[in-house]
Amino acid sequence: MRQALLMLLLLAAPFAAQAAEAPPVTVTVADPFLELHTGPGRGYPITQVVPRDEQVDVLKRRTDWFKVRDARGREGWVHISQMAATLTPSGAPLPIDDPSREQFGEHRREIGVLAGDFEGANVITIYGAYAFNPHLAAELRVSQLLGSFSDGQMFAAGLSHVFRPDWRVQPFVSIGTGALRISPKGTLVQTPDRTDQLAYVGAGFKAYLARRFILRGEYNKYVVFTSRDDNEEADEWKLGFAFFF
Amino acid sequence: MEARIRILLLTGAVALAGCASTRTATESPGPSATGDGARESTSVITPEVERREVKPPRIDTENWEVGAYVGSLSVEDFEVNIVYGGRLAYHISEDFFAEGIYGTADAGISSYERLSGSAPLLTDSERKFKYYSLGFGWNVLPGEVFLGGERAYNSAVYLTAGVGNTTFAGDDRFTVTLGAGARVLIKDWLAAHLDVRDHILEVDVVGTNKQTHNFEATISLSAFF
Repeated sequence: MRQALLMLLLLAAPFAAQAAEAPPVTVTVADPFLELHTGPGRGYPITQVVPRDEQVDVLKRRTDWFKVRDARGREGWVHISQMAATLTPSGAPLPIDDPSREQFGEHRREIGVLAGDFEGANVITIYGAYAFNPHLAAELRVSQLLGSFSDGQMFAAGLSHVFRPDWRVQPFVSIGTGALRISPKGTLVQTPDRTDQLAYVGAGFKAYLARRFILRGEYNKYVVFTSRDDNEEADEWKLGFAFFF
Repeated sequence: MEARIRILLLTGAVALAGCASTRTATESPGPSATGDGARESTSVITPEVERREVKPPRIDTENWEVGAYVGSLSVEDFEVNIVYGGRLAYHISEDFFAEGIYGTADAGISSYERLSGSAPLLTDSERKFKYYSLGFGWNVLPGEVFLGGERAYNSAVYLTAGVGNTTFAGDDRFTVTLGAGARVLIKDWLAAHLDVRDHILEVDVVGTNKQTHNFEATISLSAFF
């Protein structure tokens, strides 16, 4: 575990180093003035203002707040709405990556976490999706099932189709295949683990919340191809959050 | 008749092509003459504009946070023990963040095992308490803290909720984790945290399947990147 922590810190180190090396971006104030807050939040007091035509260095960005330093060395945090009205040395408005409602539906990648019920067992799913176009996306899902009598892991790959990518709440359908590994709990029953192939169809919705943030709910119907005479069917309901980028 | 009109039109087109460098006449019977004319005229009108590469400025975004924590975890019925863990968070807005945590602790000996003197309930490997949780946090009380009269640090008190899994007593157990914490930013990129979490899960070791609350208090350092 200690090695794991060290690894984490080592992984984080290059990012910190990179941040220090990048030269700051300089912009010119185009609004009557720029308000500098003491912290990256709307509640932090404004202690300084930078008047029009003065230049500031943009040091970093955290969520919707930009840390800037003016010519006199004063530092503070500026909201994105005011930063959007500053000009770069070429005279153009500062291009700011501001994920918005318009980008939802146009996005390529999506990563999320869902939790819910799989035929009476708790299920936690991490999924990633890559969209070929606004309608069609490929999805990978990895799930952990935690039931009273057995646990399991599920891995599935499939396609999902969004009917109306321009809506704020987007209904979708999905289809795919994968594998399910079930391990009965040792204290209750002594049966071996088994791994079976499965297929699913599903339907759900994706709702835009804010920034890169989506609320996602879905229902899936699974067919598990067991080695016994009958195939097993399972219902799954899940709700969770996702980011798009 | 039609063929003659076509030839007439084509001849006209060839003549035009020579002057205006239109490329509509490429099917004409005299391609060599047309081609030369076109080349000459393009060299006259092609403006020599140097393209300027405009690179969008790269602003360093620091929405990710990675950290490590240490503290004590009370495993219900199995003593209070040292817990180590790691945490990764993504700040979605000034109010909300998503986070994943992973922690591990060694559970102690239950009072039943100690008093009865019977065989231990769990093997050493089953006594490992490992959990992960994926969830969200809300910066409910953002603010500043002061150290003396000279220094002010940004801070926040936040609430978290997540779902995940705990591996304990030889089984995986669905876990709901609720917590509250305080974060003080020592530097813009470095934060110190004080966290309290409750890992709620069902454990069937002591006879019945009962819901257990496993409280944890940790301190941590995290870096924004």
